[in-house]
Amino acid sequence: MKKYEIAKKKTLTPEIGQISVYAPLVAAKAKAGQFIILRVDEEGERIPLTISSAVDGLITVIYQKIGGTTLALDELNEGDCLHDFVGPLGQPTEVEDLGRVAVLGGGLGCAIALPVARALHEAGNQVDLIGGFKTKDIVILEEEMSQACTDLHICTDDGTYGYHGFVTGKLEELINSGVKFDHVFAIGPLMMMKFACKLTEKYGIPTTVSMNPIMIDGTGMCGGCRLTVGGEVKFACVDGPDFDGHKVDFDEVIARNATYKEHEAKAKEKHLCRLGGGAMNG
Amino acid sequence: MANMQMNKTPMPEQEPNVRNANFQEVALGYTMEQAQNEAQRCLNCKNKPCVSGCPVGIPIPDFIAKVAEGDLAAAYQLLSDANALPAISGRVCPQETQCEGKCIRGIKGEPVSIGRIERFVADWAAANGIANVATAPKNGHKVAVIGSGPAGLTCAGELARMGYDVSVFEAFHTPGGVLSYGIPEFRLPKAIVKREVENLQKMGVDIELNMVIGKVLTITELFDMGYEAVFIGSGAGLPMFMKIPGESLVGVYSANEYLTRINLMKAYKPDAETPILHSKKVAVVGGGNVAMDAARCAKRLGADVHIVYRRSEAELPARAEEVHHAKEEGIVFDLLTNPVSIEGDEKGHVQSITCVKMELGEPDASGRRRPVVIEGSEFKMEVDAVIMALGTQANQMSYGDTPGLEKTRKGCVAADENGCTSCTGIFAGGDAATGAATVILAMGAGKSAAKSIDQYIKSKG
Ligand SMILES: Cc1cc2nc3c(=O)[nH]c(=O)nc-3n(C[C@H](O)[C@H](O)[C@H](O)COP(=O)(O)OP(=O)(O)OC[C@H]3O[C@@H](n4cnc5c(N)ncnc54)[C@H](O)[C@@H]3O)c2cc1C
Ligand SMILES: Cc1cc2nc3c(=O)[nH]c(=O)nc-3n(C[C@H](O)[C@H](O)[C@H](O)COP(=O)(O)OP(=O)(O)OC[C@H]3O[C@@H](n4cnc5c(N)ncnc54)[C@H](O)[C@@H]3O)c2cc1C
Ligand code: SF4
Ligand code: SF4
Ligand code: FES
Ligand SMILES: [Mg+2]
Repeated sequence: MKKYEIAKKKTLTPEIGQISVYAPLVAAKAKAGQFIILRVDEEGERIPLTISSAVDGLITVIYQKIGGTTLALDELNEGDCLHDFVGPLGQPTEVEDLGRVAVLGGGLGCAIALPVARALHEAGNQVDLIGGFKTKDIVILEEEMSQACTDLHICTDDGTYGYHGFVTGKLEELINSGVKFDHVFAIGPLMMMKFACKLTEKYGIPTTVSMNPIMIDGTGMCGGCRLTVGGEVKFACVDGPDFDGHKVDFDEVIARNATYKEHEAKAKEKHLCRLGGGAMNG
Repeated sequence: MANMQMNKTPMPEQEPNVRNANFQEVALGYTMEQAQNEAQRCLNCKNKPCVSGCPVGIPIPDFIAKVAEGDLAAAYQLLSDANALPAISGRVCPQETQCEGKCIRGIKGEPVSIGRIERFVADWAAANGIANVATAPKNGHKVAVIGSGPAGLTCAGELARMGYDVSVFEAFHTPGGVLSYGIPEFRLPKAIVKREVENLQKMGVDIELNMVIGKVLTITELFDMGYEAVFIGSGAGLPMFMKIPGESLVGVYSANEYLTRINLMKAYKPDAETPILHSKKVAVVGGGNVAMDAARCAKRLGADVHIVYRRSEAELPARAEEVHHAKEEGIVFDLLTNPVSIEGDEKGHVQSITCVKMELGEPDASGRRRPVVIEGSEFKMEVDAVIMALGTQANQMSYGDTPGLEKTRKGCVAADENGCTSCTGIFAGGDAATGAATVILAMGAGKSAAKSIDQYIKSKG
């Protein structure tokens, strides 16, 4: 196999794809909670994606087709090579001896939560995995999630499957039914993590969040990924991506992550146009 | 007969009002005639004071004499034997404090423009496809180099010349270190860096990109893989911030981030994938080369740019030429001025920067007069972006956990002038050992370390 070759590709939902990339040195070192940075082509931007699994020299990542680069990534097929692929970056998630834990995944965040839940489970913790989706049709990784935890709770916003409501609703229901969680992991959109932290703070449960600010190098040299955590500046790529959720200034990251909205909208449109044109010609 | 003109032969440049809107090289280089005219200003001094000012000991009067004679091939040979990357040093060395600072002609009038002649010779060689890539036969020994900045590239080149198998491990997807991600295209065209890297590859140097040492492989594992020595040339790339309120607002950049987006990721091109904010008015905090580069990039992206620096003009650490060029390009210098906070709008975007005026007091530990705040001088400047160019620190990612490797108080690798560290087989140089310094010092350190590595491997038998 060639360097950074896409060995396997799978469509999980129309919005979410999964690829396994040949990168044996990265795979040999990767741990739950770490990420890679890739570039699709020579002119491409650098984007971070979480390592979903690392087996047989292959790194699997799951991506949401949200904008220019993830759409371009999704155009590649098995046998194609990525231009660049670097990792494993960031600190691994701490999974030892936590006791009873709840792992909250929101949408695509379930893909990121999955390896964390698996590692927690394998380390001997009792794991409640609470996965939230908008609706039944876009539930992903159900089989994999059920194997990575003690109890799986699927939630849908519209009640078409599982618990009717948000993951935070399900978590509070479990707490109220008498379950005593020693630790909570919340992984997903910034808003979901922010509200999960508000809830766990109320119940005094230590909570780890996996932060996703805008990154370039992933090695600490640009400071673009900085967050304020407990009043101190931290670089998510080297100090994180995991942080104590009760200390993170979420509003600041939410603003910073919208820095390039205009550029991103144009890049996405340009890309969709190109795809549309291609389809017409083909 | 020597040319007794008092001033340097001028080098053609793009007009300030043209160049401040494009990213093409500012200084256009000498013609043969101009180079020879300038070469004839050299007096060929017997004691060669200029050479003592050059960290890599280029035989300056000798190569300049060859230019005066018109034998550029011989000039290039002399130059490139002493310095692997002359097209780069000719452009970015702070010559005024190095070789040219020692030149006799500088006592009355301007020194010989050694840098410009050096650049001319290197560019001539490149244009004619001439490269100094001869190597000794392979000796079968393997050396690993961490980082592909000037220190790493020079060390790798010197070792390849001696017959070593060298692998350079670089974290980024492009080699060159600061030469690629920091120094802008208009000062150092990336095609030149690329060409110098290709020359190393012609010498058999293997460059492994996307390899973050400390993460994907540790130094200990490099030894396990059969590398007999490791050179740490990982630079000093960690950005610093001021720790003032508002530093995480949208529109506040470290100079490293701003320059990386522009230079490495080409965000200045209209159709680039990587975004950058196109700001209207930018404050750049700092007075070094990094600040000048960030300011001149912001200008080229269409902003009205102010440099905010807490000391006076005389203390500006940037190369004289950069300050001169920045002023010509319309950048405003707010000297003796220091930021105290940055304010944002309701969306968290930078709206203004509040500064105080300073005056110079008693000299401090660095010998420079310490700036002190003038009471009641606080004022607000409306800006929509702030770039922090306050200096950088060592990034310990590659070596921080190496058993037995001593570090300095500032977290750099502790290394002597020969590049030797507290660990047998581990060598270091450039910014990783000294903290942020200069390209030519990094190259000099790479060269000395290569000698030490050669001695070390030979002594092992
Ligand atoms: C540590 C980390 C792990 C991540 N893991 C995953 C994952 O496993 N799967 C997944 O789908 N997404 C993940 N993300 C988010 C992913 O990087 C972005 O969705 C992606 O960069 C969007 O690129 P785009 O060009 O397709 O979309 P764009 O339209 O350019 O961006 C969409 C949004 O993504 C964010 N974003 C843009 N560029 C970057 C960047 N360079 N770095 C980080 N965020 C950016 C911004 O908030 C932006 O508004 C992760 C982010 C981080 C920091
Ligand atoms: C914007 C700017 C302008 C400058 N202008 C000038 C100038 O005009 N003249 C001048 O003389 N000097 C200038 N300098 C200073 C000069 O560039 C540096 O002193 C010089 O580049 C140091 O060289 P180096 O090889 O030690 O490190 P660097 O050039 O910093 O290279 C280090 C390399 O190591 C890589 N690396 C780091 N960590 C790892 C890791 N864990 N694994 C693998 N690779 C790693 C980095 O990605 C980088 O490529 C400037 C600096 C900056 C930032
Ligand atoms: S390498 Fe730098 S210091 Fe040495 S002669 Fe050339 S310009 Fe001067
Ligand atoms: S000091 Fe100046 S004049 Fe004398 S040899 Fe050196 S460059 Fe020539
Ligand atoms: S991404 Fe540049 S410092 Fe984290
Ligand atoms: Mg994008």
